[in-house]
Amino acid sequence: MRNAFVRRTSRLFLGCTLIAAGTLPALAHAAWQPDKNVEIVVAGGPGGGTDQLGRLIQSIITTHKLLDVNTIVLNKGGGNGAEAFLDLKMNKGDAEKLVIGTNNIYLLPLVSKLGYQWQELTPVAAVAEDDFILWSYKGAPWKDAKGFYEAVKADPSNLRMGGSQSKDVDQTLTLLLNQTNNAKLVYIPFKSGSEAATQLAGKHIAANVNNPSESISQWRGDQVEPLCVFSQERMSYTEKVAGDKSWSDVPTCHEQGLGIDQYRFPRTVFMPGDVSPEQRTFYVELMRKVTQTDEFKAYVKQNALVPTFLEGEPLTAYIEKDTARVTPVFKEAGWLKN
Amino acid sequence: MSEFDSLLQGMNLILTPGHIGLMVIGVLLGILVGVLPGLGAPNGVALLLPLTFTMSPVSAIILLSCMYWGALFGGSITSILFNIPGEPSSVATTFDGYPMAREGRAAEALTAAFSSALIGALCGVLLLTFLSTRIAEFAMSFSSPEFFAVYLLAFCTFIGMSKNPPLKTVVAMMIGFAMAAVGMDTVSGNLRLTFDQPILMTGISFEVAVIGLFGIGEILCTVEEGLVFRGEHARITPMVILRTWAKLPRYWWTIVRSTLVGCWMGITPGGPTAASFMSYSLARRFSKNRENFGKGEIEGVIAPETADHAAGTSALLPMLTLGIPGSATAAVMLGGLMIWGLHPGPTLFVEQHDFVWGLIASMYLGNVVSLIVVLATVPLFASILRIPFSIIAPIIIMVCAIGAYSVHNSFFDVVLMLGFGALGYLFKKLGYPIAPLVLAAVLGDKAEDAFRQSMLFSDGQLGIFWSNPLVGSLTTAALLMLFWPLISKALQGLIGLRKSHIAKPKSVL
Repeated sequence: MRNAFVRRTSRLFLGCTLIAAGTLPALAHAAWQPDKNVEIVVAGGPGGGTDQLGRLIQSIITTHKLLDVNTIVLNKGGGNGAEAFLDLKMNKGDAEKLVIGTNNIYLLPLVSKLGYQWQELTPVAAVAEDDFILWSYKGAPWKDAKGFYEAVKADPSNLRMGGSQSKDVDQTLTLLLNQTNNAKLVYIPFKSGSEAATQLAGKHIAANVNNPSESISQWRGDQVEPLCVFSQERMSYTEKVAGDKSWSDVPTCHEQGLGIDQYRFPRTVFMPGDVSPEQRTFYVELMRKVTQTDEFKAYVKQNALVPTFLEGEPLTAYIEKDTARVTPVFKEAGWLKN
Repeated sequence: MSEFDSLLQGMNLILTPGHIGLMVIGVLLGILVGVLPGLGAPNGVALLLPLTFTMSPVSAIILLSCMYWGALFGGSITSILFNIPGEPSSVATTFDGYPMAREGRAAEALTAAFSSALIGALCGVLLLTFLSTRIAEFAMSFSSPEFFAVYLLAFCTFIGMSKNPPLKTVVAMMIGFAMAAVGMDTVSGNLRLTFDQPILMTGISFEVAVIGLFGIGEILCTVEEGLVFRGEHARITPMVILRTWAKLPRYWWTIVRSTLVGCWMGITPGGPTAASFMSYSLARRFSKNRENFGKGEIEGVIAPETADHAAGTSALLPMLTLGIPGSATAAVMLGGLMIWGLHPGPTLFVEQHDFVWGLIASMYLGNVVSLIVVLATVPLFASILRIPFSIIAPIIIMVCAIGAYSVHNSFFDVVLMLGFGALGYLFKKLGYPIAPLVLAAVLGDKAEDAFRQSMLFSDGQLGIFWSNPLVGSLTTAALLMLFWPLISKALQGLIGLRKSHIAKPKSVL
């Protein structure tokens, strides 16, 4: 049919034919493909970590021609990302929309009355995980994580923990630490991780729990130092990052006896609810291709992320496990809304 | 001097036809987004960002920073001609720039704005060139109490130096604070004043409010006054530019003071908006032509523009040395830096020598290029005023609507803009000042965050605002500024024991 159509058309209609031909394979094969521009909604303001990931994914899709249609990056960072997630909820069945977020997409509804649950959306993949590190400033009176918490227990009045946002990962970790170490460390929320990093470098706060990439430049500038990483094993990056230290030299908090084995957050990709399994599979494979490019690997290494790829059943299990772990903490802090 | 060598090296790096071409493109694009209200520099830079992924970091930052300069310059064009600030930081320029345009002195106002802007920007770059490392150390000593003291200083300067009835100023400011509180609260992590409406979750965007209050409000007033722009008989010749330049040296003290305010606010980082407001109120207070302010005084254009650009430029300093953006545009560029594989921070100057000095060199050239481009277009822009009101007014309203829409791609913002237009008209009719509302809306939530963070630091003790010499002197200066009218009256009473003349406009809080 396509050939007959082409034969019959004059040069004048060549343009139309090409457009028609472009849509035909979609009809012919079962594999679904987007035929409109794909919107990549970033659940964060311009410039932050989520924004960088969103724009990186866009640039990889463009340079490797992974999609036949164009991609558009939109920032919807209102309400700590809730704006983006509600946008997903309202666009049920729209298979040309992705949201880049963190674990906030499934934890935010627990602490704020937002009118959606993550189950109403479709999880596509977790493309990487961020480690958390306990940082302190250079020349602090304590030598290691253990010493720091002993100092906190002795006299918490002048010690403050800083972090990014309120009722988010940083504060949750601080509360978990307070719980396991029987300490009373006051948490101060700042606008972003980089602000918390600078406050620590200026010795205004005693510690923060920034992700590796948020504090790397202060570490290299010899202003802050990592006390321990919240991970079961040490990090895998052996390259020298700051002076003669590499990420793998940072002891784990478990070794230091802080009582928390592992604390990470995933970088997630979600789409609206009510999409077909083919549509979801298409984006799962797209994200898999994205994470296999050299650019993405370079990004993971540069930001000292944990290379992870989760989708389908394991991803749902991950989300449920993560939610179950923090719910008691939220409950005790009185944050739960439902 | 090693900085000087590095600067020459940077100049060498960027003086290629390709880079100069990028600068001109960047500036032109910048003027475009600056002129369209609401689009603004942060959005423009964000739109351009994907294009830069394939460029070398030096070329990319030249393009983006030149767009930033262009937008800063472009923002003053619409403020002066139509009373619509294209950028938040050019709100203060409207106070005297627009009256000048209505008197037919648009070209003079534009030339004064652009020239003083260049002076401010160049001073900012000089600071960046020679003092960057020391300033970075100084900026590190800033924590929440210091930030709060800086914002307090901006508020108090504005109240203390204001000519408006104090109660009306307070009312306007309170509305501004309420606006700033809408949306997610950083300290508690709760949504406030959103009434469970998802559209309010992002908060009330400052740009939308400004477009409505100024742009639409002004159109409504003009309609009432008889459908004419009074500037229409203005004659514009290139001679005006030269004549304005000849006038500028007379205001050297205003320029110096505004530059200082601007650089200070850029570094600390109070941001360009706070800087331009503060500088304007100081100029009004200490000018010889105090009575003429708000009615078309050239000094009232020079002061905010100089400070705006000095702050805009020096705002890049904390971004490069600390990784903290001093303005929204700087925040977007910061994201760009990381995508290009650079880590902003204390080590950037050492590790990315070429990049940093290429950027600094491009600031010198970029600003000069911007001035040439915008000056060449002054007659063109000023001639817009000669278009009959019945044609230009619908165009302005359309541009306003597009601008409001493009802030968040949301139609609700257009409705909000019309609402603010009505509010702006009411304010004008009832004699309420709009400026305090704008200032409070911009700095309100930052000031609140800083205050509450300080309280967490100190367990609720107010003494933290006097806990070290830096924050202590800032807080004291703020209170002095607030009560300046009372203090100056008391001083006058003490010194000249003669019968005091009619009381100056005073303000009491």
